[in-house]
Amino acid sequence: MTGPMARCAVTRAERRGTAPDGREPPAPAAARPRMSPEFHLHATATDMSVRDLLSGMRTRLRARGLPEALCGTVEIVLAEALNNIVEHAYADGKAGGIGLHAVLGPAGLTCTLSDRGTALTAPGLPAGRLPDIGAEPGALPEGGFGWFLIRSLTREVRYHRDGGISRLTLCFDLPGPDGAGG
Amino acid sequence: MELHETCHDGIRTVTVPEARIDAAAALRFKDAMRAVTADGPDHVILDLSQVNFVDSSGLGAIIAAMKQMGAGRRLDLAGLTPDVAKVFRLTRMDTVFVIHDRADGAVRRDAG
Repeated sequence: MTGPMARCAVTRAERRGTAPDGREPPAPAAARPRMSPEFHLHATATDMSVRDLLSGMRTRLRARGLPEALCGTVEIVLAEALNNIVEHAYADGKAGGIGLHAVLGPAGLTCTLSDRGTALTAPGLPAGRLPDIGAEPGALPEGGFGWFLIRSLTREVRYHRDGGISRLTLCFDLPGPDGAGG
Repeated sequence: MELHETCHDGIRTVTVPEARIDAAAALRFKDAMRAVTADGPDHVILDLSQVNFVDSSGLGAIIAAMKQMGAGRRLDLAGLTPDVAKVFRLTRMDTVFVIHDRADGAVRRDAG
């Protein structure tokens, strides 16, 4: 609570001083609070909107000092999870909403995707095994890699359905104690 | 999707001039690859140096592009950027495709 309260105090002081139009003047750079470790993005369930969300996510992770390799890992996982929501949760073609809530903390990065589409029905999340690629080139699988990539690149995946909302939580390790510095 | 192609020494190089082969692009990519590899050399190199992101839909489309070329023909990859290389490595598709650092180097070596 210390952070937000401190910020409110600054805002009140500034408003008393120099804001004749009643709007909050921009804080000087030195007084600007550290970039929030928590943010929220939104998309509709279409391929192009998912692209925009992934691009916005990458920009925010970069701005918070995450290394490029980890930004890539997060984008691969989120792309797969988002594609699943577009293709399965909203399979009826209805372009419903998708929320992404990201929290960057000492324990890692946690991303929670929420949607109001069809719930996952299988008991438990897919195991995400690598499809058999030992076959002849002509028999290679062209799909089935999504959950494998999600499982391979995350520390933990949780799914929860409540009140008509699905929440898929994806946890990533950070490279070191100062890895998220920014 | 518009693909660029050149042909040298019996090897066709196909360049993808887009940043992503993802769910939004996979089908267009696969169709464009079918058109560009329908005839011509049996050896094709797909230059992915301008592609910085491939998801599992894009990976599936690249595999499909290789399969639709038919037996006896060969699709190599070149110029994988870091996130794309990661997807190929994790799914072990780097053991299925011959992957060159650069498309032009691959043409020189394979043709020589």
